[in-house]
Amino acid sequence: MTTTIETPTGVAQTMVLNMGPQHPSTHGVLRVILELNGEIVVKAEPVIGYLHTGIEKSCEAKTYSQVITLTDRIDYLAPLSNNLGYCLAVEKLLGIEVPKRAQYTRVLLTELTRIASHLVWLGTHAIDLGAMSVFLYTFREREGIMKIFEYVSGQRMMTSYFRIGGLALEPPPGFLDKVRQVMDALPGHVDEYEDLLTNNRIWLGRTQGVGIISADDAIAMGCSGPMLRGSGVAYDVRKAFPYSSYEDFNFDVQTQTAGDCFARYQVRVAEIRESIKIVRQAMERVAKADGPIRTEAPGIIPPSREEMKTSIEGLIYHFKIYTEGFAPPPGEVYQVIESPRGELGFFVASDGSAKPYRVKVRAPSFVNLQSLPRLAVGRLIADVVACIGTTDIVLGEVDR
Amino acid sequence: MEPQEADKNPVVQRLRAWDGQAVSEVIEFRGETTVVIPREHLQRAAGYLATEPFLYFAFLSDITTVDKFPLEPRFEVNYHLLSIARSDRLRLKVRLAGNDPVLPSVTSVWPTANWHERENYDLFGIRFEGHPDLKRILMPDDWEGHPLRKDYPTEGPR
Repeated sequence: MTTTIETPTGVAQTMVLNMGPQHPSTHGVLRVILELNGEIVVKAEPVIGYLHTGIEKSCEAKTYSQVITLTDRIDYLAPLSNNLGYCLAVEKLLGIEVPKRAQYTRVLLTELTRIASHLVWLGTHAIDLGAMSVFLYTFREREGIMKIFEYVSGQRMMTSYFRIGGLALEPPPGFLDKVRQVMDALPGHVDEYEDLLTNNRIWLGRTQGVGIISADDAIAMGCSGPMLRGSGVAYDVRKAFPYSSYEDFNFDVQTQTAGDCFARYQVRVAEIRESIKIVRQAMERVAKADGPIRTEAPGIIPPSREEMKTSIEGLIYHFKIYTEGFAPPPGEVYQVIESPRGELGFFVASDGSAKPYRVKVRAPSFVNLQSLPRLAVGRLIADVVACIGTTDIVLGEVDR
Repeated sequence: MEPQEADKNPVVQRLRAWDGQAVSEVIEFRGETTVVIPREHLQRAAGYLATEPFLYFAFLSDITTVDKFPLEPRFEVNYHLLSIARSDRLRLKVRLAGNDPVLPSVTSVWPTANWHERENYDLFGIRFEGHPDLKRILMPDDWEGHPLRKDYPTEGPR
């Protein structure tokens, strides 16, 4: 695989270096085959599939409701975003509307997910580049958000809290107070991270001008999320195609024009602050809204516990939904949401039976990772680490 | 929506005006427009949709296949297009016979199609002619069969 190349000092042989699949900075099981001229990357080829679990195939053997538990495991740093994308797709297929209170609660929790995911990203990216302490701080704050998830759904990570037609459970009393406590502390903590990093000369040296991708290239390569916004394209699904009542919220789409690792860092930190704004608005709206947490659609959405216990129709529907499932009309839908990593799409095809005929996940990490060679070629090996880091891949989502 | 209403969609009107042969069917479902395109027109239509200033579907979101086995035409390959400039989405659909699952590659129009096409080749066995490096992406290189085909079992021996 080595080739002979011309260098300013004469003819040289390239060296092939295998980075991963066991490598701490590849965030899981990513393998990159690097062809090197000394320390300079001549060619980079990502090799994926080590974490392929056949989730899309498994979906075809489960009822529509059972698939929700699988979606948690696709992007395990943002399980609620996946829940939301899938639920919205099936709701679109069924043609049902979700009550406002459930929609606002969904917004609140997915924005908390975004914050938690960006915090993990920031901590691990900093540790990749040699800044240990940021990791400890961000994981401390993330823990507060994980505790909220546990309080609401009983699970820290694999929440499966969003269900088709609404939410799994009534949010417990005191939920909003817990969110408020975390949100009050968080802006100060974000300032602390920025104090440690934003003007840090070493940080700037490792990220500025590294891994540049232009706006046109980013669009051509299908990059989305902070990868695209870091290159100056103000595309955010929450603004362009609002879902779950995002049109009711005031927030700005954060962009940077440099298109390098530092720009993507700036976009993500700014997005944490924007998400705090959205969570605060969502808290007000959830507090004001009343009404059910699930839509009423007999035979599709499970009846309330009380109705199931007291009415014969409720009991029958409950039994039928949990044994047979429900059958949406034949058709195909493609629902896209803005996950922390970008454009997360769920394509669901129904043949009129109780199990999805096909579920396809358009994973933003999978597509974003494809541009890694463009970011890394011509840079040093150490910069490959920064490029992988700011691509923000989750291998569970890349390989599915 | 009724078929007549689907034809009022400006994107569909443009496509028809550009080449009536390129649109064989228009499907409207839940507010999403699907244009069914014959295989031989795919590459030209893709180039037109991506660059025509009024349409500007410069972003290819996804390529995915549905296997209708044992029905024929067996495969339906869906291209999900996005126009960031106009905030619009469109789905292109190409139907393929089970004994001839071959499509022209659209990597020259949308470079991002590279990995999507490799994935569809890997999991469904759709071959993309003109693809720069068509090989498996998720499954091991020496894997036999295409796991997302409907005649490939979810569990047990294959």
